[in-house]
Amino acid sequence: MANQEHIVASFDRDLEGIQAMIMKMGGLVEDSIVKSAEALETRDEDLALTVKNGDKAIDALEERVNEEAARILALRQPTASDLRTVLSVFRVSANLERIGDYSKNIAKRSSVVIQMQPINGTAAALKRMARVVELMLKDALDAYIQRDADLAADVRERDLEVDQMYSALFREYLTFMMEDPRNITACMHLHFMAKNIERMGDHVTSICEQVIYLVTGEMPDEDRPKQDRTPYEEGAGG
Amino acid sequence: MNDMRAVERDVDTNDLKITARGVDVFYGDTHAIKDVDVDIVDNTVTAFIGPSGCGKSTFLRCLNRMNDTIDVARVEGSIMLDGEDIYDPKVDPVQLRAKVGMVFQKPNPFPKSIYDNVAYGPRIHGLAKDKAALDEIVEKSLRRAALWDEAKDRLDQPGTGLSGGQQQRLCIARAVATNPEVLLMDEPCSALDPIATAQIEELIDELRSRYSVVIVTHSMQQAARVSQKTAFFHLGELVEFGETGHIFTNPSDPRTESYITGRIG
Repeated sequence: MANQEHIVASFDRDLEGIQAMIMKMGGLVEDSIVKSAEALETRDEDLALTVKNGDKAIDALEERVNEEAARILALRQPTASDLRTVLSVFRVSANLERIGDYSKNIAKRSSVVIQMQPINGTAAALKRMARVVELMLKDALDAYIQRDADLAADVRERDLEVDQMYSALFREYLTFMMEDPRNITACMHLHFMAKNIERMGDHVTSICEQVIYLVTGEMPDEDRPKQDRTPYEEGAGG
Repeated sequence: MNDMRAVERDVDTNDLKITARGVDVFYGDTHAIKDVDVDIVDNTVTAFIGPSGCGKSTFLRCLNRMNDTIDVARVEGSIMLDGEDIYDPKVDPVQLRAKVGMVFQKPNPFPKSIYDNVAYGPRIHGLAKDKAALDEIVEKSLRRAALWDEAKDRLDQPGTGLSGGQQQRLCIARAVATNPEVLLMDEPCSALDPIATAQIEELIDELRSRYSVVIVTHSMQQAARVSQKTAFFHLGELVEFGETGHIFTNPSDPRTESYITGRIG
């Protein structure tokens, strides 16, 4: 890899600038994941509102990242690893923005679920799942900034854990709903929240794939273990 | 997925036009080209890139024996054009250069009329049996160089009166007039403005259907725009040679990466 500096130093500053924005965005998104799950667990309506409002900052950053990256494409005509850096910035920022949206959605549903009778253990389980995804995102962003394809590949494998947690929650909610129809409204919301977290994991996986592309110049093969078939099979019988 | 060529970038053939093996060039004691192997595919634009003094122009000049004109230059190794060694003592360099035409950095029309500039080669090679045949060659060559419409009403005026971009197209017309098979271009656009450059680049793409084109350029964007194959030279070595899309997105050699991304070459 070319680690030396560019002859034109301002090109280095431009590339560092957009990547710094990605890291800033990543920090905000990580925070939103944790806080949205925490708002549910601690039944904290103000915290849920904070997460909802915080999404605007993430969206604004994504817009800026895209503008800056487009400007670099136009003014610098990047090639090779520089080109891959700019391309990855576009994609990673889109992934982060989506994860931010999911956090916002979780926060919205939290404010609704908080008004209802709590169902034993469900909030804590969702928080654990959110925590796993948040750690994955943290490692994915570390892999991104350190150009560590091995770490990215490792994080990508960890999405399996999230998928399994989702399947387990799916079965659990189904049981609660069958036990007592009064749980249905809350469980429907909880299920969407679990699904949102599961989708976050997929976006983190996509970021990892970008890291691998950035480092190696090639997208990884599609042989990642998957474990999200269970709901479809069991859902039909339930 | 691994095929990075867009449709228009397709190389239609795999026929080799020029095969160079183990080429070394010395200028006196200076070892300018070191053991270079290159395959130039027919109907393809091949770009040679690299920092100044890397040997790309020197190597280009080997392909039509322009280095013969430099006393201290010595070429070793083999360069085959259609399977025939161009350095064979039986080969007449003048005939070779009719087959392997060349266009230079600065437009260098002869101080003659536009017509005579183009007719010069066919005349000395005896390609036209009468005036009508010569007229036809001149028109065809000017058309191929995309200059006919601009020049047809002023064929008797001096070639030096054309604009820079037109002069360069006149030089291309002059080069194609002898029915070459290969066109060598040594920085053909470096003295031209962006519009004239775009016209030459468009022309190069059209010429590719008839000739095999080899272009030396300092503009990496130009190499990326016009070529299907790119060779990167550094300090007299051929560092990397491959499909242009690949060289510019994911080069294999770190030296290529450093050079094309504008780090130290």
